[in-house]
Amino acid sequence: MTDATTNLKLPPSGAPLPHSVCVLPFSPTAPEALSEAQKKVYLAPQLTLMWWKFKRHRLALASGIFLLVLYASILICEFLAPYDYQSRHVDFIRSPPQRVHLFHEGTFVGPFVYGRKYELDMNALRRTYTEDRTRVEPIRFFCRGDPYMFWGLIKGDRHLFCPAEGGTLFLLGTDRLGRDMLSRMIYGARISLTIGLIGITVSFTLGIIIGGLAGYYGGTFDLVVQRVIEIIQSLPHIPLWLALSAIMPPSWSPIAVYFTITLILGLMDWTGLARAVRSKLLSLRENDYVVAAQLMGASTPRIVFRHLVPGFMSHLIASATITIPTMILGETALSFLGLGLRPPITSWGVMLNEAQNINVVVLYPWLVFPVVPVIVVILAFNFLGDGLRDAADPY
Amino acid sequence: MLRYIVRRVLIMIPTLFITSALIFTVMELPPSDYFETYVAEMAAQGEKADMSRVEFLKKEYGLDKPPVERYFRWIAGFVQGDFGYSFEYEMPVSDLVGDRLLMTILVSFLTILATWLIAFPIGIYSATHQYSWGDYGLTFLGLLGIAIPHFLLALIVMYFANVWFGLSIGGLMDPKYFNQPMSWEKAQSILAHIWIPVLIIGAGGTGTMVRSIRANLLDELQKQYYVTARAKGLSPFKALVKYPLRMSLNFFVSHIGDVLPTIVSGSELTAVVLSLQTTGPLLLRALQSQDMYLAGSFLLFLSCLTVIGVLISDIALGFLDPRVRLQGGATK
Repeated sequence: MTDATTNLKLPPSGAPLPHSVCVLPFSPTAPEALSEAQKKVYLAPQLTLMWWKFKRHRLALASGIFLLVLYASILICEFLAPYDYQSRHVDFIRSPPQRVHLFHEGTFVGPFVYGRKYELDMNALRRTYTEDRTRVEPIRFFCRGDPYMFWGLIKGDRHLFCPAEGGTLFLLGTDRLGRDMLSRMIYGARISLTIGLIGITVSFTLGIIIGGLAGYYGGTFDLVVQRVIEIIQSLPHIPLWLALSAIMPPSWSPIAVYFTITLILGLMDWTGLARAVRSKLLSLRENDYVVAAQLMGASTPRIVFRHLVPGFMSHLIASATITIPTMILGETALSFLGLGLRPPITSWGVMLNEAQNINVVVLYPWLVFPVVPVIVVILAFNFLGDGLRDAADPY
Repeated sequence: MLRYIVRRVLIMIPTLFITSALIFTVMELPPSDYFETYVAEMAAQGEKADMSRVEFLKKEYGLDKPPVERYFRWIAGFVQGDFGYSFEYEMPVSDLVGDRLLMTILVSFLTILATWLIAFPIGIYSATHQYSWGDYGLTFLGLLGIAIPHFLLALIVMYFANVWFGLSIGGLMDPKYFNQPMSWEKAQSILAHIWIPVLIIGAGGTGTMVRSIRANLLDELQKQYYVTARAKGLSPFKALVKYPLRMSLNFFVSHIGDVLPTIVSGSELTAVVLSLQTTGPLLLRALQSQDMYLAGSFLLFLSCLTVIGVLISDIALGFLDPRVRLQGGATK
């Protein structure tokens, strides 16, 4: 067809045009046909598109993988930690971190630490720990150490790595009761990381239900919800968290305290999500497919939760990811002030409770280490949230 | 404009009313009250509390009345400037609160000011130099500000402030000015100390603000009016200041409403660590000992502070943006 038209020489003016008919078969879809490569992009399902877009955000991808690994690790923290989180080493109270060496006097021995000696410095009235350069204590791997109950169910004593027989291995030092900081941090992750997840589940559910109904019904209900949200948002959160945690009776079990704290964190946090849901719904409910659903006799909850909410679920998940850090920080702050979780439950906040005054920062700086995972996790959640938000709308 | 302000103030009244009811409920939730805890504590120490005095105090403060009545008595007193009585300190709450509340307001105000002064130029720089090293670095710094728990930052900064600048550890002023009337030297001492809490409390807020300004300004910079302005030959700086910056200023003011509760919260925590003479440490103590009038009044004061802050930001927004004052008033 193209040949026939481009090679055509125009006849002199006034002369009749030559008649030409294209003999090739004509298919109406031919101009819209897609090549294989194009097909892959244009016909990709939404989730695939999101994944592609998300993958381009390198930092978010790395953060996502990092968080996945971290969350996977809390499943097996009994195995990962070299010691039990409650086992005390009375000879090594507030012992500084031990460095891992590979070479002893020029010869390779594999990862090992030097032994520890401690003396009481009677002048400063403090314990001083010195390295005993003659005692080489190689680290053992997949070894037997402190016995534990895996998930409180199965007995075990295997650890990923543990100290040499009769030796010590305090890679991040010990606290005031001589407990290994690293092990406690690994166990603490279990509480600190899940508290954000449970809290966000509470606020997510509340936000979607309240915001969804307010946005769909509008009117008086919407007005009341709007006011309530404004009030809750104008309250300073931490003092209110403090008040709510302070009224928990001290007789409650640590597990009850744990769940109440997550509930408190979640109860104050749903407002932002509810607002987002509401404003989305306000614009979406005018769509034709909603009218269609109404005409077919679908009930309101069905229309809201089956037809409308899935339309912006990805946005919601992205914004929820960004609010998880608030919860982790909230728990840390509450526990730091002694109003949050209580021992024997161990979280990063509970551990930081020991680093409450300036003496600790000066004399035993390793007690501040639990802040490192807090910062890293919060940064990771922020990056992940950014990436998810960009990917939530892949078109 | 006047109508808008009046409407905005009228909306505030039910808000404060509900807030106070909420706070009162929270204070009422614990099954025991201060006196019961007190009697139990005395009994645990092997002493006998003076029951007649306890009964008298209970009657005096209406603790034997039903909660609804007590609530209205509390609120009625509040309006008249009688904030109740602190059981623990055996002083009227107003005597305890006064100075500390003033300090909290001062710290919060300076923090907002600092947040603005720092966040505004950084946000503009980040937006105009998107994806440059400076942008990455500053964004990361802002994120770090969000991610570090306030109280720990406070501890570390306090340590270094002492080592490098020789400032006394903790507190809002040099210890020798405690319980002294305000003087020029005392004010100077306060100024020398106050920047530590201001910076610490502002860290998180600044981070959030930089991020929002950056995102907001980036949106504006892609709009047609900016392209037109550049296309007709306006210099980049002038085009930026004349149009997009004014747009993002709106948002800047309305953002105070979001930031203020965070700042007040943060200042409470930081104050505990730095032992500032603000409301924080006293509030914590009052909450722990169930000194309900003291704690409740503090919470209500702090809420009032944020509600009034939001009111001011809304009014300022009304001045800046006619759309806001001509529409329903509530944020849509």
